[in-house]
Amino acid sequence: MDLCDLPAHELTARLKAGAVTAADIVTSTLRRIDAVDGPAPSADPAAPDRDTPGLHAYISLQRERALGRAAALDAQLARGENPGPLAGVPLSVKDIFCVAGTPSTAGSRMLANFVAPYTATPVARLEQAGAIVIGKANLDEYAYGSSNESTAFQPSPRNPWDPTRVPGGSSGGSGVSVAAGEAALSIGTDTAGSIRQPAAFCGVVGVKPTYGRVSRYGLIAFGSSLDCPGPLARTVRDAAQALTVMSGPDPHDATAAAAPVPDFTEALEAGVKGLRLGLSPDYVRIRYPDPQTGAIQDTEIDPDVKRALLDAAQRLAAAGAEIVEDVPMPNTPLGIPAYFVISRVEAASNLHRFDGVKYGYRTPAAVADLRALYRRSRAEAFGPEPKLRILMGMYVSGAQYAKQYYQRALRVRTLIRRDFEAVFDPAGRHRLHALLTPTTPTTAFPLGAVYGDSVLMQYADLLAVNANHAGVPALSFPGGLDSHGLPIGLQLFGPDWSEATLFRAAAAFERLTAGDAWRAAQPKGVTAAA
Amino acid sequence: MSDEITPELFNYLVELAALELTPEEGEYLRGQLNNQLKAIRELERIPVPDDVPAAARGVPYPAALRPALRADVPRPSDLADAIRGQAPDTDDGYFVVPEIPHTDLGTGA
Repeated sequence: MDLCDLPAHELTARLKAGAVTAADIVTSTLRRIDAVDGPAPSADPAAPDRDTPGLHAYISLQRERALGRAAALDAQLARGENPGPLAGVPLSVKDIFCVAGTPSTAGSRMLANFVAPYTATPVARLEQAGAIVIGKANLDEYAYGSSNESTAFQPSPRNPWDPTRVPGGSSGGSGVSVAAGEAALSIGTDTAGSIRQPAAFCGVVGVKPTYGRVSRYGLIAFGSSLDCPGPLARTVRDAAQALTVMSGPDPHDATAAAAPVPDFTEALEAGVKGLRLGLSPDYVRIRYPDPQTGAIQDTEIDPDVKRALLDAAQRLAAAGAEIVEDVPMPNTPLGIPAYFVISRVEAASNLHRFDGVKYGYRTPAAVADLRALYRRSRAEAFGPEPKLRILMGMYVSGAQYAKQYYQRALRVRTLIRRDFEAVFDPAGRHRLHALLTPTTPTTAFPLGAVYGDSVLMQYADLLAVNANHAGVPALSFPGGLDSHGLPIGLQLFGPDWSEATLFRAAAAFERLTAGDAWRAAQPKGVTAAA
Repeated sequence: MSDEITPELFNYLVELAALELTPEEGEYLRGQLNNQLKAIRELERIPVPDDVPAAARGVPYPAALRPALRADVPRPSDLADAIRGQAPDTDDGYFVVPEIPHTDLGTGA
């Protein structure tokens, strides 16, 4: 095991004890990246060879910046100063966040030449706590996708457990970098599962906090009422530490709530005794349109995933949790249909700012007038997903269609929220502290198997999306491996602002399974290359 | 069933969206939109009582959770040049664009 494979809290402990330097940690991480990541991806459609070997987690690396920060941190330690709770932790940043002086591309040709003039609040807070930005991680274009294949920067990231499969998305590079030792920690965003689904596919922990817990300042916006920045990490403790640092109000974002921020690492050892954890049949059966006929199908999730869920419930019960079965979440299947409407309206609105005038791509072609400049620049720089989302967003919010689509979707969103309120109500029938579900209906699917079918791709998020509609926190944690040796992700949903409870339950499961054989397995895409 | 988004409606949306598409791209995107609308129709599967309000977001924001708005006063920024420097074409602090289309309202002399 190399230094870069250690969890973040272990790295910081060794650094503070004087056993290693921050420069050692960064060097070990960069060496791993050089061994496994492959050549930098390109947004030039003529350039890339999509079959270039490597995991391709990063769009850009900040080697000099990282080594400079490491040297500064080592100097701080030499002076006897406390460098912070994440001192020396190598951090990958989903390239949807602005980081001053770095290319900040959103995975789009539109922003391939954009250099951020300022740093996003949650990234600045992680850096202030001692984390070291190693590079900007690849993602679906503008975070629109569930496989990372839609990025303009090709080759797209590969799953470290099986490089013929997708890492999930949209925070795919984040999941890959953490799973492969190319970072100990990542910051991603979650609009329908974009942190949790890649965390599940890559075998790491991913947290979508309560909406408003973390500032969105400096985040290139997708769905403004749904977007939540959050951490991906190899252990529950590391994710808890990162979220503690990132959270809290921000004068630059009026939606960053003034809710008290506990130290999320404090309750990690408390165990699950006394916790009421729910299992819902609505998270074991799924309803989605058949890719060929469009007919709605009702089917069970992957049997390996279901087995892992039930096994986890039994082990948590044996450790003292009270498992409540048959919890009704009747509006679960409506999450994706409502999301198809709400997220598209918000995305279309947010994408109007990209016009070839103020920043980003401008067509080099001679154009007759300003409108032609807008059209040509957007046509050349947006990939298929942004175009699709703009068109759908304009259609379902148009004056003559809004009542049928947008207004109805927003009212269904209320019903989805009520599902959660009912089962978390302390005076209600179920009185849950958390709902335990799978994160995804399947494990990682092969590259190219779904990409191009925008409906089926969206349904990859159907077990995750309702946390975004409802605003509640949700956490994905590794729950085992399937029969192909691919990671299975399990998920906990909780009431608003209850992240501490989710961390507590996930940490208990981590301890309960510490001796399991699957915990010792390493991603073969790393062991082969490194 | 005929497509909800016909080629004519699609072309109108493309114009509204300030895009232009190749015929192949247009055909693919129109097909995807119509497939997505089939999934969206699932929203009609359940009754939604009239008293169910629209939710613009999930988490309620009682006053105690809303941070106080800062005073609306101009503050100096040292980022102006870095921000303007991102523009594809500028001249003396102005964005340079091609001819801006206008409608002659016939009010001139």
